[in-house]
Amino acid sequence: MDIPYTVEIRPDTGIYNAKVGIWLFLASEVMLFGGLFSAYVLLRVGSLPGEWPHGWLDVRLGALNTVLLALSAITTLLAWAACKTRQFGKFKFFHACTLLLALSFLCVKSYEYHDKWIHYEIKLKDGTFADGHMVENDLKEDYLVIHGRIVTDEKALYDLRAQKDIKLAEVKIPRASIASMQNYSPRHNTFTAIYFTLTGLHALHILGGSIVIFYLWAFGGAMWKTDPERFTNRIEVSGLFWHFVDLVWIFLFPVLYLT
Amino acid sequence: MSEHHQSQTHAAPSAGDSHPVDFNAYLRRCLYVFIAALCAISLMIFASYLPHFGWPAKVTMILTVAVVNAFIVAGFLMHLLSEKKMIYTVLGFTVFFFAGLMGLMVWATGDFPVGTIFH
Amino acid sequence: METTVEQFPPFREAGPQHGHDDHGHEHHEPSFWSKYIFSTDHKVIGIQYGFTALCFMLFGFFLMLLMRWQIAHPGLPVPLFGPLLEKIVGPVMAPNGAISPDLYNSFGAMHGTIMVFLGVVPLAFAAFGNYVVPLMIGAPDMAFPRVNMASYHAFFLGGVVMLTSFFIPGGAAQAGWTSYSPLATTIPTDGQAFWLVGMILLITSSLLGAVNFIATIIQLRAPGMTWMRMPWFVWTQFVTAFLLLLAFPPLEAAGLLQLMDNVAHTSFFLPTGLAVGGQLANVSGGGSPLLWQHLFWFLGHPEVYVLILPGMGIVAEIIANNTRKPLWGYKSLVYAVLAVGFLSFIVWAHHMYLTGMGQKIATFFQATTMIISIPSVIILTCLFLSLWGGSIRINTPMLFALGWLPMFGIGGLTGLPLGLAAADLYLHDTYYVIAHFHYVVAPGTIFALFAGIYFWFPKMTGRKMNEFWGRVHFWCSFVFMNLVFMPMFAQGIKGMLRRMSDGGVNYSAARVPGAIDALPGSVMEMNSWIFAAAVALGIAQIPFIINLFWSIKHGEKVGDNPWEATTIDWQTPTPPPHGNFEVEPRIVRGPYEYSAPGHDGGFAPQSEPAATTRNAHH
Repeated sequence: MDIPYTVEIRPDTGIYNAKVGIWLFLASEVMLFGGLFSAYVLLRVGSLPGEWPHGWLDVRLGALNTVLLALSAITTLLAWAACKTRQFGKFKFFHACTLLLALSFLCVKSYEYHDKWIHYEIKLKDGTFADGHMVENDLKEDYLVIHGRIVTDEKALYDLRAQKDIKLAEVKIPRASIASMQNYSPRHNTFTAIYFTLTGLHALHILGGSIVIFYLWAFGGAMWKTDPERFTNRIEVSGLFWHFVDLVWIFLFPVLYLT
Repeated sequence: MSEHHQSQTHAAPSAGDSHPVDFNAYLRRCLYVFIAALCAISLMIFASYLPHFGWPAKVTMILTVAVVNAFIVAGFLMHLLSEKKMIYTVLGFTVFFFAGLMGLMVWATGDFPVGTIFH
Repeated sequence: METTVEQFPPFREAGPQHGHDDHGHEHHEPSFWSKYIFSTDHKVIGIQYGFTALCFMLFGFFLMLLMRWQIAHPGLPVPLFGPLLEKIVGPVMAPNGAISPDLYNSFGAMHGTIMVFLGVVPLAFAAFGNYVVPLMIGAPDMAFPRVNMASYHAFFLGGVVMLTSFFIPGGAAQAGWTSYSPLATTIPTDGQAFWLVGMILLITSSLLGAVNFIATIIQLRAPGMTWMRMPWFVWTQFVTAFLLLLAFPPLEAAGLLQLMDNVAHTSFFLPTGLAVGGQLANVSGGGSPLLWQHLFWFLGHPEVYVLILPGMGIVAEIIANNTRKPLWGYKSLVYAVLAVGFLSFIVWAHHMYLTGMGQKIATFFQATTMIISIPSVIILTCLFLSLWGGSIRINTPMLFALGWLPMFGIGGLTGLPLGLAAADLYLHDTYYVIAHFHYVVAPGTIFALFAGIYFWFPKMTGRKMNEFWGRVHFWCSFVFMNLVFMPMFAQGIKGMLRRMSDGGVNYSAARVPGAIDALPGSVMEMNSWIFAAAVALGIAQIPFIINLFWSIKHGEKVGDNPWEATTIDWQTPTPPPHGNFEVEPRIVRGPYEYSAPGHDGGFAPQSEPAATTRNAHH
């Protein structure tokens, strides 16, 4: 039993089924990320003055990721155009690029996550704060070493953009002088919490999209031979999802990295 | 009249756009979009480092550029500009509801009774 | 988007089709698993949803009975089921078979969750929608059959996760079906995390279903089935699908954030300075409990329209069919349901009047809430007016549909004081609210769903359910539903609060004699009467359950269109085969051409070619 308008377009709407489906799904995704962005706005607007971090994320890495995703959006569209003009070789090339770019994005992201994971804020018993990346943490020793600095006011750790010439050095901290310590994980404060959640969910979408595109890229040959138009439609629909994921990042990057 | 319709239907409208795809034209268009995206990214980064503006002004500038960038991606790469009315009607409602969600939530946070001991 | 029938190319010739990509499919009988468990046929999926949902509803009903026992006889061991309860949840939660306050709270939270997300929504939207909508629009199946199957299995998994939560140490979620933070995060058991995971699965299921419904209604209407010729039931399902599509994701986002709070110890919804058990909580703070409430109710309000709209659609079809005349005001009904859908997105904070809102925002939401009552009343009025001048035929579906009308009227009208901020200051969180929403959902939607089951049963099985026991089911349910919920209005107005595990005893005049506005003895006595009525209501469902199963094999055999209906779901063989229609239907008239002159039997099915005159009605 065939479902009508799977491949051919319906005369009065001018679209095929899967395209309607994917746009509807994308509308729901807009509301999903919209809910998270609304949470971000509320938390930021509700935070006390001076306590919302600025400059905690490396703009260069973020910009690199943005360029990678923008390029992958381009290659995705060209992969579809190649299918439309029945150039299977070109399609394979462009979507291979898409997948490599996606992989690179995820690698950069993992590096950034790791960077946060080993970044500690250590409250010392004398009321000062040590802040930096963990260099040496041998539990047999009675000290640990971070690459960072010590500040007297915790507020100095928040707005990094406003501070010029932050000097970082290797600081040795005796364990006995530590009151408490916490790495820059989601529980550290609401900024890291929303950062990890937003980018984490986005990364899951990148992963999901990559898996779908990989499946079509690797195993599409069979359907390409029997029903190339239907295969092209699948490339178009998965491409639309990929462009949406890029769109989300276009807002994530400035909101999290630049403001 | 019905004969005319008959011949139209037997020509079986195939899937996709009604205009044929010229690959090189797409390649050129993609290049322009990519350059536009790079400009947008650079502009946003530049704006975020401007020294004489407060955060509200900077956020407005940066988000405006982001919206333009998003428009370019959605319009050209997702073909939204040449898409059917039904699709962008659905998206229009979606954007309206999202704006309502965020706007009303932020308004609600800012609107509370004054003159009490807490505010 | 009006098109003539001729513009559509002939899609299928008469006779069975051979799909190009599933060769050999029709040459061997599919296995039990692919026919009944992993089917992609919308009818099988509809029945799967229906069956599963009815089982969950029965379980949710049972939870309610346990709660009502506790309210009527606080601290006393549950009769009959006490020892079993103690064995399942342990002696801490159920000492000697009595219901502890924590257990009561988990029953309350799960009763709401199960009834709403595992009972009514799957039955009203997924079950009826899946089975009937493709038939009513002349489609061979849903637009995405495999996505359909995935959505059922996500629903099933979500249900398993929810049920499993009863058996873990600490039991199921206890923070209400609304799961407000910080309570939902500070309760030290894992039930809440299970609830959140279950919700994410259920939301995924609904989203997939919504995409499918909308795409199917847009793309797979048979030639000639224009938008304004669709039966109103399809319109209600269409709007419901949009509500699910756009309103559920913010709750999914919020659920994810609360799960992070519970598991990763973030503070999305936990404010700075939060103290738990007298100690400062070890969290970063900076969060907002109101954020959760906004995100939850952004779904929560459209959700209640998801609960009612499919029921309204069912009632409309049954009324048109049993009055033998078209629905009054078809166009008004369409515009009204679209208006309800649109407005439902901007009324949510009427659930939050007592959170310290300012006057301006409260007035905004009060205004939109009052405005949304207008299209709702238009719908109810059109349905009432449809009875006027009709040749009314009484049968079990019609009894439930007629009963639905005043019940929904009561439910809807009692919502008005709750929508007005000033009155809601008093009534919020009292039993008045419980009475209001149960009237809309229980003698409201559930009656509509019963009506639908009796109505479409002959299409699914080729047999009618027993008429006598159907009427017994109706009258007993009608009487006992009212006996259960009507007193709650009085209790609420007298100040009895929600979610009190002792049934209000600690606020009663007997316990606190000198207190102003202590709950009087009359209000406390009502608890016993309500419990008795609830047990009777449960007993009244037994004839229905027996009737349902018995009639599958022994019911009165009927033909393809026993109700003499005009919509094309009744033009298929019984039960409809894979692919539904032997020949693709061509729609030539509107959906309610009853008592049309010049047609055999006094009604004109939508797809039948005109015999003598072509109807000019739309």
